[in-house]
Amino acid sequence: MDKDNAIEVKDVRKKFKIYYDKGSDLKDRILFHKRSHYEDRWVLKGISFSVKKGEAVGLVGHNGCGKSTTLKLLTKILYPDEGSIEMCGRVSSLIELGAGFHPDMSGRENIYTNASIFGLTKKEIDARMEDIIAFSELEEFIDNPVRTYSSGMYMRLAFSVAINVDANILLIDEILAVGDANFQKKCFDKLREIKANGTTIVIVSHALEQIEQICETSYWIEDGLIKDSGTPKIVHEHYLKSMERKRVDYLEKVHAAENEKKNQAQNSGDSSTSEKPEEKEEKLPDFCDKTAIRMGTGDVKFTNAEILGENGEKQYVFDTDDKITVRLQYESYKKGLKGNFGYGVFREDSLHCYGTNVSIESGGFVPVQDKGTVEVTFQNSLLPGKYFLDVAVHSHDGIIFDDIRRVQSFAVTSDKQDIGVCRLKSQWKADGKILSRGEDNNESGT
Amino acid sequence: MNTLKELYNYRQMIFSLVRKDLRGRYKGSVLGFLWTFINPLFQLIVYTIAFSFILPSPIDKYYLHLFVALIPWIFFSSSIQGGANSILAAKDLVSKIYFPREVIPISYVTSCFVNMLLTFIIIFIVVIFSGVGLNPAAIACLPLIMLVEYVMALGLAMFFSAVTVFFRDMEHILSIITMAWIYLTPVLYPIDMISDPKIQKLFYVNPMTSVIVAYRDILYYAKVPDFSTLLIAVGFGIFCLIFGWLMFSKLKKHFAEEL
Repeated sequence: MDKDNAIEVKDVRKKFKIYYDKGSDLKDRILFHKRSHYEDRWVLKGISFSVKKGEAVGLVGHNGCGKSTTLKLLTKILYPDEGSIEMCGRVSSLIELGAGFHPDMSGRENIYTNASIFGLTKKEIDARMEDIIAFSELEEFIDNPVRTYSSGMYMRLAFSVAINVDANILLIDEILAVGDANFQKKCFDKLREIKANGTTIVIVSHALEQIEQICETSYWIEDGLIKDSGTPKIVHEHYLKSMERKRVDYLEKVHAAENEKKNQAQNSGDSSTSEKPEEKEEKLPDFCDKTAIRMGTGDVKFTNAEILGENGEKQYVFDTDDKITVRLQYESYKKGLKGNFGYGVFREDSLHCYGTNVSIESGGFVPVQDKGTVEVTFQNSLLPGKYFLDVAVHSHDGIIFDDIRRVQSFAVTSDKQDIGVCRLKSQWKADGKILSRGEDNNESGT
Repeated sequence: MNTLKELYNYRQMIFSLVRKDLRGRYKGSVLGFLWTFINPLFQLIVYTIAFSFILPSPIDKYYLHLFVALIPWIFFSSSIQGGANSILAAKDLVSKIYFPREVIPISYVTSCFVNMLLTFIIIFIVVIFSGVGLNPAAIACLPLIMLVEYVMALGLAMFFSAVTVFFRDMEHILSIITMAWIYLTPVLYPIDMISDPKIQKLFYVNPMTSVIVAYRDILYYAKVPDFSTLLIAVGFGIFCLIFGWLMFSKLKKHFAEEL
């Protein structure tokens, strides 16, 4: 093992027995002894990585990818079937908070129980008692039974114990969502402090920005293998993109299945001709998001809508400062129309972020062809989040030809910590001198 | 050896779990910890009445004869039955947190043991007041036999707790076994009741026989137990512990997966 490394994981494989129907009573054992009613599932298929002393790493991946299993292997709750794990120093894990709490005992007594489960002796616990109580902010309640605590207080106490166990290696699983915003920040600051003191940290979390804030390296685990590793932000972008691709694939599958159902229904009941056109209207074309809503006269109809990056390729994740292009293709069923194309952007929680159209921007309209393409490019300044795009084409006097709400979605990420809806380019001056980065963050109201 | 060292580091956990178990048991009740004494006291009163008036026994001071054997037996049987379930009951801890797994059965058996020690306060009082009196030489043997019983119960509890994780029926099988076991052990009757010396020897194959006989010698007959009785008990105790410990070590790595 390398001297500088705190953790070395070499080609670790782990399998679980997946029981179809777990029969571990005697009758089943005797009757079905020969029948194999479980299968081996390899959860980890050869994972290798090492963590330097004092470094923090994050493990990301979708549910069931094996990241929690990896953490459990590091904790020695599970043992690898193949490969080796070497760790150096005292290991503490924040996987389960409040282990062994007894509701009828006081907070103080529970601190003793809980801390002892982490392997502390009475002396060590006594030495930390003040810190633990102070950190939990429960001074007034510490001698009351834990059952009288609110769930937030309970978690605060549990977290305070766990975080005050000094360890060389700290393993954390998805538990930084404790208490109110204030306490969360305190936990996070404490974690930073622990890291600054030279503790090695491994975090499993779905809260990617937490990992980005504290870790030097991120490992993306997929199907029991490390798919990507490196700077957290970059790894996470790849990860988010892949997740979105999966979601789209899934939606397409659902969509295809629904279409098939509808086709079957139509084939079986084709006598009801009157309903047919209506149904056709409701059916959403492939380029639309599942939740899209469409309306309009249908004189002009969109045949495709794409969100493109600066390179002209389809893109889903953008940075706050990226340029975004929306390309719309349409068909017209009437000659000589004038069209007013427009788009709108909504945040996931339906906040209307922006909207404009050709008429507003240029004062005129687009002469509609039989088939045509309209493109709009805008400078993105939205802050991280998920957004939906609405597109519409109206006549010059406001008749709606086609209007698709939530036609597509896109995500925005950013490495800056500014908050609000969108970025207001900000310049700071102090005593007449412009501060160096020139675009430091400013809070913007909605 | 490593496990022992680790267990030593985790001694506070054993202590905490024992305390939690003992204090948690009667928490919230009005009499609280007093129940630890009230329970056996009333048990004794019931036996005294039952075997003096309803079902008179030819054995002198039968209530004491029974009581000094029954309390150690209850410790033993509850250690095994509850101990067998202890890992399953601590599922959340075992599948989420690392600690030497031995801590769980050890603290369970220890808390049963402490409970028995507390009950012995009642036993001593009754022994003194019943006129049997305490023989200092005999009492000196008591810690030894208690330790032997503890070690024996611990070994078996470790074995059964590990097996129960993989074979859940064990719990129910054990309740039948312990029910039958009490009749194969001279708890309710004196060992001399078995007149055939060959069959009596056969009874000593049961590890608990020598333990119970020793308890009764010390407390009821107020005499030092036979050396051979003690030797058999010590032998069985060591055997049970090593056997249970080895089986436990072998199975413990897969606990978290099975729970």
